[in-house]
Amino acid sequence: MSTMVGVVVFPGTNCEMDVVAAVERLGGDGRLLWHADDNVAGVDAVIVPGGFAHGDYLRPGAIARFSPIMGAITQFIADGGPVVGICNGFQVLTEAGLLPGALQKNSGLKFLCQPTVLRVDSTDSVLTRRVTIGAELSVPINHFEGNYTCDVETLARLRDEDRIVLRYVDNPNGSLDDIAGVCNEEGNVVGLMPHPERACDELLGSADGSALIASLLNTPLVDAA
Amino acid sequence: MDHEVLAVRYDVLVDVQLRGGIADPAGATIERALPALGYDGVAGVTVGKTVRFTIEATDEAEARSRSEDMCSSFLTNPVIEDAIVTVALVGDGSNA
Repeated sequence: MSTMVGVVVFPGTNCEMDVVAAVERLGGDGRLLWHADDNVAGVDAVIVPGGFAHGDYLRPGAIARFSPIMGAITQFIADGGPVVGICNGFQVLTEAGLLPGALQKNSGLKFLCQPTVLRVDSTDSVLTRRVTIGAELSVPINHFEGNYTCDVETLARLRDEDRIVLRYVDNPNGSLDDIAGVCNEEGNVVGLMPHPERACDELLGSADGSALIASLLNTPLVDAA
Repeated sequence: MDHEVLAVRYDVLVDVQLRGGIADPAGATIERALPALGYDGVAGVTVGKTVRFTIEATDEAEARSRSEDMCSSFLTNPVIEDAIVTVALVGDGSNA
């Protein structure tokens, strides 16, 4: 039975079909979940995709926290369900308090849309459990507010608990400690600024994101070519 | 004028700024640009945002307390931002 992935759509989300395509390419099933729904429809995993949820008004992700689906996602997480926030989805999860820290404006004050190289620094998460520590993956970024920050105590805890799952090899945005992605204490919630769904086919310049999506699906990477 | 405790309306100004120690690339960029325009000696530039609204409350303390709650739960991200809340009676306060 294939893994059913719920892909959350807020007003302003714009990466949901890319995520569904990547999931289905890797043998999973994608199902859109509308933000006003109060349940996750029995899916096996949830992805909060990129875009501009609720117009990014006030702060990216700030208003999405109040959408009814977030209560259901919080419960899904408490029950151990795997959840990944990509780009704006990462911002939503930090604003909702489901992941630590915050994403502020890129240090160079530029919107960045470019390939980056990520190093896998922890495999104790639902997004990295099928990749190798130290693996370098080419995955693009596409953001203005991707500069990860948190207080010193939080950073120390993230390091001690091996929760910095992905780091930039060449930091593009000023992120603290080169952080590209972090997970919660249990490892079932991961947020990352890069877009693995845009690196699932060599036609797109890289298929390295497949390893991450396949980890979430918890299926062997059949189409590694 | 009756003598019940009536809600009156207060003007609230919320000044949101990045917390000390959080990098402020917008402020730094402006500070670097000013000398090129001939404005020397400017330091400590920070860029934030303001949120204004009016709120009904029975007194100024309640107006302030509710506004500060709004700041900590929604209007600011306490990980990176602080807010200064200023509260003032709207007009003579009788228009609630």
